[in-house]
Amino acid sequence: MYDRGKILTLLIVGIGLLLFPVFYTAGKAAKAPVPELSAKAKEAKECIEPASLMRTQHMKILDAWRSEAVRENDRLYRSSTGKTYDKSLQNTCMSCHSNKSQFCDQCHNYVGANPFCWDCHLAPKENQ
Amino acid sequence: MMGMDRRKFLKLAGLSTLFGLGGKAAFDLLAPGELEAALENVPLTEGKKWGMVVDMSKMDEKLMNKCIKACHHIHNVPDIGNPKEEIKWIWKEDYDHSFPGQQHEYIAEGIKEHNFLLLCNHCTNPPCCRACPTKATWKRESDGVVMMDQHRCIGCRFCMAACPYGVRNFNWGDPRKAPKALNPNFPTNPEYPTRTKGVVEKCNFCSERLAKGTLPACVEAAGKETKNAMAFGDLADRNSEVRELLRAHYTIRRKPELGTGPNVYYIV
Repeated sequence: MYDRGKILTLLIVGIGLLLFPVFYTAGKAAKAPVPELSAKAKEAKECIEPASLMRTQHMKILDAWRSEAVRENDRLYRSSTGKTYDKSLQNTCMSCHSNKSQFCDQCHNYVGANPFCWDCHLAPKENQ
Repeated sequence: MMGMDRRKFLKLAGLSTLFGLGGKAAFDLLAPGELEAALENVPLTEGKKWGMVVDMSKMDEKLMNKCIKACHHIHNVPDIGNPKEEIKWIWKEDYDHSFPGQQHEYIAEGIKEHNFLLLCNHCTNPPCCRACPTKATWKRESDGVVMMDQHRCIGCRFCMAACPYGVRNFNWGDPRKAPKALNPNFPTNPEYPTRTKGVVEKCNFCSERLAKGTLPACVEAAGKETKNAMAFGDLADRNSEVRELLRAHYTIRRKPELGTGPNVYYIV
């Protein structure tokens, strides 16, 4: 192999540069944000479904709601807890979770989710 | 081996052509008119059939403005300020443009200067719904409302080209960026969404209010001022208020000759 010295050195430098970000940020993972409940949500104690289910399934519930409410005119949701709710992001969800930036945006930003709900649906006014 | 000689191929081609040409003729021979009937009656309205009657003898400019304001306020319809990019769900138009083809130079004086209150006709046979490639707009079978699903609209504007009444409007920009001077408190209703850039919108017969059992906003606003200036109800129900009005008065509709079956009637 010609120029063995140069090639090997540059190869090591190259791999080093490539791996630099991995070692540089090792052990410094950004903390997952904890969604903050508004006073009203805290007081209500329960969401439309158990919190564990809401954490993993809220996007699917909302997706089903928008089709059912708009396309099938089926606007009432019977939860597993036996209560009935209006299928409305803007009027049901956000009436309790009025702190969108603390409750929704924090996590959505963290995981890089960018739901386009808010292009049309109005977020509640936050006092800050 | 796929053995087919020239002669066999020509025979087969000739036969298929004959059969193809004869298809519709055969249909007409065996069941005359059935094909046309099947085509005409898509989409049917099951059960209720919402309709509206506007009594123009009880309508004046002031009342019409009130109706428009009520609707646009409730549905967060912005005033863009530029007629080329205008968004409207309900609006005023003179007789010539409301009922083209029916105007003439000796028309009654009260009619000639009179503006009419126009909105989506929620047609029985809506051409916009046929044009929509994503089914973002469709005829709701349960009550006949021509619905819009903004989640699905891709902004192709085929529906705008298809609608003969000009009830559909395209959002050329973000409605939330409409001039602040013209829309000081926009969005005016925090319980209803706005639209976004690149979607088409129009009157939805207040489907969100109908779901709660309230009258459309324009009818409610008109009723507060003048009794029976506007009526809303089920055209399929013989005893409904709208049917009573239609029985008692001569009414006209916009461009009925197009076969769209508009469900907004005007008493003149």
